[in-house]
Amino acid sequence: MKVKVKYFAVLHEELDRDEEDMDLPEGTTVRTILDRLEAEWPEIAEYYDVMQMSVNWEYATPDSELSEGDEVALIPPVTGG
Amino acid sequence: MFKITSDEIELGDVIRAVEARDAGAIVHFLGVVRNNTEGREVSYLEYEAYPQMAEKKMAEIAQEIHDKWGLDRVAMIHRVGRLEIGEVSVAVAVASPHRKEAFEACHYAMNRLKQIVPIWKREVWTDGEEEWVKPDPVFFQSKT
Repeated sequence: MKVKVKYFAVLHEELDRDEEDMDLPEGTTVRTILDRLEAEWPEIAEYYDVMQMSVNWEYATPDSELSEGDEVALIPPVTGG
Repeated sequence: MFKITSDEIELGDVIRAVEARDAGAIVHFLGVVRNNTEGREVSYLEYEAYPQMAEKKMAEIAQEIHDKWGLDRVAMIHRVGRLEIGEVSVAVAVASPHRKEAFEACHYAMNRLKQIVPIWKREVWTDGEEEWVKPDPVFFQSKT
């Protein structure tokens, strides 16, 4: 199944892209995305303590299950205002 | 009104969005780009947002205000892109029959915006360096 993954702020910069489509097995979780990114860029693990993630515009966890067409985002600590 | 925009923010936009005949008070807040961070001179700021989720989270904050104070007239606009010193980055307005609730709810709305709305600020200093801003530790604990 296809899932859209979006990257913001420092993660956008470090990964050098702001979004991509990922082909993932059915019934997979957000953790699979993190694992794939970690294989490409191990330093992402340093952000795990502070980073949040969302699925379809709602905060989620690494255990959140994904469906076809979902939009996932990796969200560094927010600093609006 | 809950909006992420790259246009200049006019205070009138949030005021008009909340004014009502039964509103005896409208409290507003403007966040403005300051010329320094703990003494270090800022050249300008860059804001990035996740617009769809940011607007959804703003609407949720308004719902929380409804649940806490029974107020239904809340507006929030946050600007993205490059902002110069003195420009408005965020505007919030709350209307209420009486001022006490409007002051409290406006303060609450800004605190929650800093906690849950996906927006990021990058500081560019006059010495040429730049960095994504680290969150205020006060807000850092609360993830939702």
